[in-house]
Amino acid sequence: MANKPIVDFEAIKNNLSNVSKPIQVLNENAEITDQEIFDTFSDDDLVEFMKKMVWERALHEQTMNFSRQGRMGFYAPTEGEEASEMGTVLAMKKQDYLLPAYRDVPQLIQHGATVTEAYLWSRGNVVGNKFKARSMMPQIIIGAAYVEAAGVGLGIKKNKEEDTIAFTYTGDGGTSQGDSYEGMNFAGAYQAPVLFIVQNNGFAISTPRVKQTAAPTLAQKAVAAGIPSVQVDGMDILACYAVAKAARDYMVAGNGPVLIETLTYRFGAHSSAGDDPKRYRTKAEEQPWFEKDPLIRLRKVLEDKGLWSEEQEDKLVDEYKASFKEAIKEADAAPSDKVSDMLKRTFEIPTPEMKQEIDKFEAKESK
Amino acid sequence: MAKKTYIQAITDALDIVLEDDPKTLIFGEDVGKNGGVFRTTQGLQEKYGEDRVFDTPLAESGIMGLATGLGLTGWRPIPEIQFMGFSFEAVDQIAGQLARMRFRFDGLKNAPVTIRTPYGGGTHTAEMHADNLENFFTGIPGLRVVMPSNPYDAKGLLISSVENNDPVLFMENLKLYRSMKDDIPDGKYTVPLDKANVVREGNDITIVAYGAEVNEALKVADTLAEKNISAEVIDLRTVSPIDTETIFKSIEKTHKVVVVQEAQKMAGVGAQVASAIAEGAILSLDAPVGRVAAPNSVYPFALGEDIWIPRAKEIEEKVNEILNY
Repeated sequence: MANKPIVDFEAIKNNLSNVSKPIQVLNENAEITDQEIFDTFSDDDLVEFMKKMVWERALHEQTMNFSRQGRMGFYAPTEGEEASEMGTVLAMKKQDYLLPAYRDVPQLIQHGATVTEAYLWSRGNVVGNKFKARSMMPQIIIGAAYVEAAGVGLGIKKNKEEDTIAFTYTGDGGTSQGDSYEGMNFAGAYQAPVLFIVQNNGFAISTPRVKQTAAPTLAQKAVAAGIPSVQVDGMDILACYAVAKAARDYMVAGNGPVLIETLTYRFGAHSSAGDDPKRYRTKAEEQPWFEKDPLIRLRKVLEDKGLWSEEQEDKLVDEYKASFKEAIKEADAAPSDKVSDMLKRTFEIPTPEMKQEIDKFEAKESK
Repeated sequence: MAKKTYIQAITDALDIVLEDDPKTLIFGEDVGKNGGVFRTTQGLQEKYGEDRVFDTPLAESGIMGLATGLGLTGWRPIPEIQFMGFSFEAVDQIAGQLARMRFRFDGLKNAPVTIRTPYGGGTHTAEMHADNLENFFTGIPGLRVVMPSNPYDAKGLLISSVENNDPVLFMENLKLYRSMKDDIPDGKYTVPLDKANVVREGNDITIVAYGAEVNEALKVADTLAEKNISAEVIDLRTVSPIDTETIFKSIEKTHKVVVVQEAQKMAGVGAQVASAIAEGAILSLDAPVGRVAAPNSVYPFALGEDIWIPRAKEIEEKVNEILNY
């Protein structure tokens, strides 16, 4: 008997951890770690990236205030994920399709929904879903968007829509759903132009990333479907944008899907509905991530270049928050839903039985 | 006009909708080159090309997600779930996603998807191939459920289903696939998605049935006719929605009713029909509503089907019980 095993499974397993370092342009000390990518951005670009992150942070803060005042429905906090969310969505073009999950409301707004519509979606008013953007409403069933995105990607390809792809998002928990694999596998099989984005923020509510899977990275989940994938520093908006744009460019040239895993962190709770992170993580665990705050590093670069100031940022935040206060006023004025309308929109033509129900409710509603 | 089986009638309908509307797409497991495991899509890939008729990876949720996404980008998908028991794999995509599309977007977006799937007992298939799952799927608002009982209806109902902008679950009865032939008109015709069909007129008792049980009910009506009892047989054709008006009209005439289904008795189509009668037509009755349904056990393995599925004998017994009430 030879000492060498017939198959060295342990070596194969260990080899799975041999992955490239996540792509990064700016590290947490605001040092440029990839000059080549950094040089692709003009000063105006850098300022624009900063503005978008300040906008998202302001949206988060003001929306959480509204939530505490009881003026919101379900809303998923986004603080900490600005680089990942804004960096990727800024690579989208208007004609692209978006299939967001529930933490991706800021991207939905960037893609064309109004803040008022987003607030109405949160409250559960159908008016909020009638946005003009080429987007699904935020998906609640994580994983479901991935299979639908494969269909949208194939539809784009069959329509021969030029310079168009589908963007879809899920989180670290979402990659455990069978649907996320089915979606990737279908998109791979049809070489459909879908950018699968996994925002790995470390936790699925309370369950840490390490308990979701034995896979060393979530990006690797694409490998089995024959899809190229990459990890990105999700606290670095320059890296997130550069990689998302490169992925989009690759796909519009006629290639199939790509997966990007952004390594990010949810600074706050899972949702506005009573989650308390203190139950599952310590301050000591959180602190290193707070220091990676995506706004800090870009702010420092901009300040060093003389392109940004505290007063300028404060002024912007005030402007943004004022616009969100206007948006919620508009949301307050939106018509409330009616049962007769719920029945009417279930089928294109109501069934005879539903017609009777509609009549009954319309009679009540007109009183 | 030509004699055609249920399968041939379906192929005929698919050929017509592929020809008529360049946005229709057929896809599923083995539907392309192989023409489907029952040859329902035989020759269609050859005729319309791989862009319109194509195979999918083996994953039902993926198939349905593909359909939803294609619907959103302007296509009119006709996915096939190879056997209905496999649809459990796709319940979120059907119930949680597809059926809600119009509701979510207030009609701005919709999902004009027709899901074809074979179901039904009596052919001794492997487990999870024959289950009558309409009881489950009719409980999903936003989804139409169609169950043709014969080749003529199969063609007309399928064309209506594809042309309809709501998602439709089109259930094809395995037992009927090759066991009966009808004269099928050439070319396009439609059968409405909300009208039951009085397949036999009668005055003494109403038998409400759908799918393969319609033929069983007709056999019973023949037997009763020999005893000078005239039974009216109603074929529901669609089980969501259910055309109660036609049922009520019949009961006003016969005053007696037996509701027949192949599926288990619990919480399903027969229960819905019986409760609709209780709500809307009970004063027309002079006997209780009779029900014939499968026992509330798990669907049997192949050999168990013969003693489990209610057929003409059980219908006749129940009809006699109600007639002699």
